[in-house]
Amino acid sequence: MATVSKTAERAAGSSVNAELGRRVVFYVLLTLFSLFFLLPLVWMIVTAIKPFAEWVQPNWIPKDPTFQNFSDIFQDPSLPVRRWFVNSLGIAAAFTIATLIIDAMAAYAYARMEFRGRNLLFGLLLATLVMPGIMFLVPNFILIAQLNWIGTYQGVIAPGLAGVFGVFFLRQFFQGIPRELEEAALIDGANIWTTFTRVVLPLASGALATLGVITFMTSWNDFLWPLLILGNEREMLTLPVGLATLQGQYNFDYGKLMAGATVTTIPVLILYLFLQRYIVQSVAMTGLKG
Amino acid sequence: MATTPQVKVGANATPGAGTRHGPFSLLPYLFVLPHLIFFAAFLGYPFFYGIYISLFNFDFLRPEQRPFVGAENYLALFQRGSIPFTDFWRAMINTGEFVLYSVPPLVIVALLLAVLLNGNYPGRNLFRGLFFAPYALSVTVAALLWWWIFQPQGGMINHLINSVGLGERQWLSEMPWAWVAITVATIWWTIGFNTVIFLAALQEISASLYEAASIDGANPIQQFFYITIPMLRPVLIFVLTITLLASANLFGQPYIMTKGGPVQQTESVMMRIYQEGILENRMGSAAAMSVLVAFILLILTTLNFKVFGSGDNQQ
Repeated sequence: MATVSKTAERAAGSSVNAELGRRVVFYVLLTLFSLFFLLPLVWMIVTAIKPFAEWVQPNWIPKDPTFQNFSDIFQDPSLPVRRWFVNSLGIAAAFTIATLIIDAMAAYAYARMEFRGRNLLFGLLLATLVMPGIMFLVPNFILIAQLNWIGTYQGVIAPGLAGVFGVFFLRQFFQGIPRELEEAALIDGANIWTTFTRVVLPLASGALATLGVITFMTSWNDFLWPLLILGNEREMLTLPVGLATLQGQYNFDYGKLMAGATVTTIPVLILYLFLQRYIVQSVAMTGLKG
Repeated sequence: MATTPQVKVGANATPGAGTRHGPFSLLPYLFVLPHLIFFAAFLGYPFFYGIYISLFNFDFLRPEQRPFVGAENYLALFQRGSIPFTDFWRAMINTGEFVLYSVPPLVIVALLLAVLLNGNYPGRNLFRGLFFAPYALSVTVAALLWWWIFQPQGGMINHLINSVGLGERQWLSEMPWAWVAITVATIWWTIGFNTVIFLAALQEISASLYEAASIDGANPIQQFFYITIPMLRPVLIFVLTITLLASANLFGQPYIMTKGGPVQQTESVMMRIYQEGILENRMGSAAAMSVLVAFILLILTTLNFKVFGSGDNQQ
């Protein structure tokens, strides 16, 4: 008995040490990873507010901070940065609103209505999830060219509306709403459309907001497709595509380039800071669905 | 799958709900129609149209000269000495290399990060938000930022290397360092996405499993391999698949950081298809490349599910 309790005591003592050690390793790892994610962003802003003479120096605190780089890129007549900003905003907003409307309608039908061909259609939607996106690039480009939509905003926006993520996301949510609420509305004489817009959509406002934010950010950040469609129309570029052309123009003027990167980042960063929880949740759901 | 919380409140309670307008109702079709139009036009139709184009010598600028060539575009990709052969397979090998470099850390480190975040401690959501933050940026911003950090002259990495007395590198214009730079930038930019998915799945695992295991004397490492990994299996396969597909679609990072160089050694298959189809107007050949790559990816993802998903029905 005595030996047993002694071993137990020793075990308990060493486990306290082990626990302490684990804590230390844990916080060290957490700090290191945090620095890895944070410091490049800090460096981007630090470089952007350094004067030209200072960017080669590795100091993290600018000796002579300035907004010169920002005003330079905004005032350069060959760089329609303001216009790009408005373009990005307009494209992302239009894309988000259209996505929310058509996806919510489709999701509601797939979630709640019985109709001939529903499972077939939904199966087709599902099937595109495993289709590598690379297949659609060339034919969609030709399609947009045949519609004479190269160099237009609808050419950038329309193909993305085919996406199925929003339909799955909202369908999942609609299925979780208790049916009784809709049935009560129908009994009270509301038609399906009124029930959908007055009962279901308000209940889903959180899910719609989440989808809206993530859709907006995806559209704002998109690079390859707007490059293909708008690449030859300098005035019509989005910020990320315009920023890539900035690289050709300013070559190694890192301060101006990082100022451009900061301008491109600020809207999504603000959105992200305020709505982080929703964004992270919607991504988390992607995995749980699988 | 096992982790899916199936909340189907009354899904089957009222069979035929929605058919109350009679045996055939147009209404459901009107609801799905707006999405379906776009789906049919930009996902359904291009699927077949891409295969169709690949059978032609398709030059968009000269619609009168579009001879049907059958499998010629495909055969050319397998004929040593044909025009697209060298560039295509160089890009294929490059992309395969990048997949090998990027996918293991993007899955394994993401899992480690998720385990780190899964504890119960103050500031957890703050760390989660921070790890995910770079994913909210455009690829242009992420790539441009790391292009600057890896610059041989004035870049932060070479400053750091100098300060510890190691030799500088021409990160963006020497092999294999260009791949290192692109891989680090990609990990920084996208690993938060996988981490968040893993974290959500970890939180679904019942704590009682771990309690039972620790009563049985299993240490944390044993618990990780005998509880966490098996419970995460469906999500692991999912993450592995989407990461593989994302890495195979590599475009923006080399486009901005290396322009595909040095001497096309970081030119990805997506860049090649862009070059061939859009910039050089050989769309038939580019479509054939796309179909071939998609076919290979489809095989890889299927294998992925077969190999790692074999024990899926054990629960």
